Amino acid sequence: MPASSHNAGPVIILDYGAGNLRSVVRAVERVGFRPDVADVPAALDSAAALILPGVGAAADTMANLKQRGLVQPVRDYIAAGRPFLGVCMGLQALMTVSEEGGKHPCLDILPGRVVRLSAGPTIPHMGWNAVHPLRESPLFDEIPDGSHFYFVHSYHCLPDDPAAVLATTDYDEPIVAVVERGNVVATQFHPEKSGANGLRLYRNFLRSALCTNDDSGE
Amino acid sequence: MTLTKRVIACFDVDCGRVVKGISFVELRDAGDPVELAAAYDREGVDELVFLDITASHEERQTVVDMVRHTADQVFIPFTVGGGIRTTDDMRLMLESGADKVSINSAALADPSLISAGAQRFGSQCIVVAIDAKARGDGGFDVHTHGGRRPTGRDAGAWAQEAVERGAGEILLTSMDTDGHQDGFDIAMLRAITDVVSVPVIASGGAGNAAHMIDAVRQGGADAVLAASIFHFGTCRIMDVKHAMAQAGLPMRLEHPQFDQPQPLSQAPTPSTKNGDHNA
Repeated sequence: MPASSHNAGPVIILDYGAGNLRSVVRAVERVGFRPDVADVPAALDSAAALILPGVGAAADTMANLKQRGLVQPVRDYIAAGRPFLGVCMGLQALMTVSEEGGKHPCLDILPGRVVRLSAGPTIPHMGWNAVHPLRESPLFDEIPDGSHFYFVHSYHCLPDDPAAVLATTDYDEPIVAVVERGNVVATQFHPEKSGANGLRLYRNFLRSALCTNDDSGE
Repeated sequence: MTLTKRVIACFDVDCGRVVKGISFVELRDAGDPVELAAAYDREGVDELVFLDITASHEERQTVVDMVRHTADQVFIPFTVGGGIRTTDDMRLMLESGADKVSINSAALADPSLISAGAQRFGSQCIVVAIDAKARGDGGFDVHTHGGRRPTGRDAGAWAQEAVERGAGEILLTSMDTDGHQDGFDIAMLRAITDVVSVPVIASGGAGNAAHMIDAVRQGGADAVLAASIFHFGTCRIMDVKHAMAQAGLPMRLEHPQFDQPQPLSQAPTPSTKNGDHNA
């Protein structure tokens, strides 16, 4: 399985000071990869795949990314078509603006807004919910329609382009569960807390990211 | 709404060891919290709660190690309670890998601990545990010290205050029904679920699946917690979940295993998707 040199770099988990990365690191290890946790822009140069985890508020996330000089490097990385996975806040940070605690500009990689959940009977939307892919994607290999993933969030994404939505979940209204556009995928739920389905999702992402040039017949 | 109702298993942990072992599956070490957590994950449990009852302050590091090891190997959410008195205690647990912390008497002693924790870590991390007993006039009194010490506070009013201060979840234990395996305290549950907007976990009295269904249906609980009936194999997690699903409750019924005996490697994994399917 020869891979191009481009794909031989490390899996980078971006640490921007937003708390616990441990579960993400362990999940990536569990599916057979050795991630590097990095907090400097230079780490993105050689990355074969970039994971942006995250908990907390949008404003803090953006402030932390800025403080570390990571905003433009992350934008450049994604613009170069390289594999990217955002998790929870790592999804919301991709949007144009978040209305969490005011109006905060985000990375503006996926045009759209982050708004407070309105319909759910309880906020945060917390627990296991069924996720429904809207189309085929390698990200959902061996993950059947309706599989459950663990969500914890009070805000959700409204991308301008409906075609960016890969999967939804239902919380009185359809909620964006996964976006996928080109090299960018991002989940509202926490795959590292979603048992075997979540581990499969990490595996599927990293497989696609690191095996694009293998000779398996694509 | 398809958000599922959760079935939660609870362990008492003393000095990093589970106090009452479990017997529903063969384990090499029935007191090892990590092995137990992994076993429950395989059984299909939705979430875990560790209640640390370590008395000595010097031994507190044991729970930190336990949380770390659990987070390293178990990929479902878990809460740690017991002995958490400050936001620094919370931070230590959350940084070690716990998804939520549960506070009880420390919150009663200083309710601002709830707001401080919620502000620093987010409401979704802060569970307020309430132990209560029926008062006789239809109301419920909050107790501490395992139900021995009444606080004179009304459970409904305290739950409301906790949520206003930022609690993301209420773990409600009825000291009247706890340990009897005779069903949850539906009246107490109702008294709380009617007045708060956050998820309420029913605890105390689980004896069978019908009790769980009642707690959700009649009590308005979002999650049900049990210890002994799971630990001793009286009920299996998936049997309970299937019964709840048959009663019409949304449940997570699939619990696939992730078995990929792969060596750690940076090398690309061969894709099986487009592999030889020459049947």
